[in-house]
Amino acid sequence: MQTRRQTLKQSAAAAALVAGAGLLPQHALAFNKAAFEAKSLHDALKDLGVSGDPVASADVTLTAPDIAENGAVVPFALSTKLPDVKALVLLVEKNPNALAAVFQVTPEVEPNFATRSKMGETSDVYAVAVTKDGKALFAKKEVKVTLGGCGG
Amino acid sequence: MGDPMRIRAQAKDGNVLVRILMSHEMESGQRKDSSGNKIPAWWIQEVTAKLNDKPVFSCEWGPAISKNPFLQFTIKGGKAGDKVSVSWKDSKGDTRTDEATVS
Repeated sequence: MQTRRQTLKQSAAAAALVAGAGLLPQHALAFNKAAFEAKSLHDALKDLGVSGDPVASADVTLTAPDIAENGAVVPFALSTKLPDVKALVLLVEKNPNALAAVFQVTPEVEPNFATRSKMGETSDVYAVAVTKDGKALFAKKEVKVTLGGCGG
Repeated sequence: MGDPMRIRAQAKDGNVLVRILMSHEMESGQRKDSSGNKIPAWWIQEVTAKLNDKPVFSCEWGPAISKNPFLQFTIKGGKAGDKVSVSWKDSKGDTRTDEATVS
């Protein structure tokens, strides 16, 4: 128990340090509940501070399979060549909640992330680069799902 | 809580490629149990990482991320022998931190 308390304290201290250093945008520190509960792509992006409509861009890349055999585990990689990006965001349009992940683009990491997500059904999947001035640029791909990953 | 994360940190071309496999149910909140009741959502919400005690990475996840989540990112700079520590916090407030040495 002591160890866990120490770990928690350290995590809180680290978060405070990062906030103080201005490394992460203010709104990104608290878990963005609204964005993750938004149903639609558009609402999720709005909750993430995006103004205006997202624009397709060849400088944002989404790597995803054409067909996901298992909708419970679909691999995705997101990257961008654009400067001044504060976050790379993964959205699955037809999922019950469109927003799957938000990766903070800090100066310390390459703007290149990979993870695996559930998909409920065949859907367009978006990698969106959110710039520091609130614009959204995206790459999208339709991923076909033969066995849905959300339940039942 | 749960099993330790499996973290592989490899120095490559002046950067550190980090790959992690976490152990977590990542319950989406969409599944129903045998009585037809929805199993409550329970998932890792935040993941952060440090290189030698300096915060370098942060992301937020929704319940759509797959069970036993996989994560890959590249830290700029870094070399063999450096320490990478990864922490997650889930929707119940549980946390976990694991470390690896860059090889």
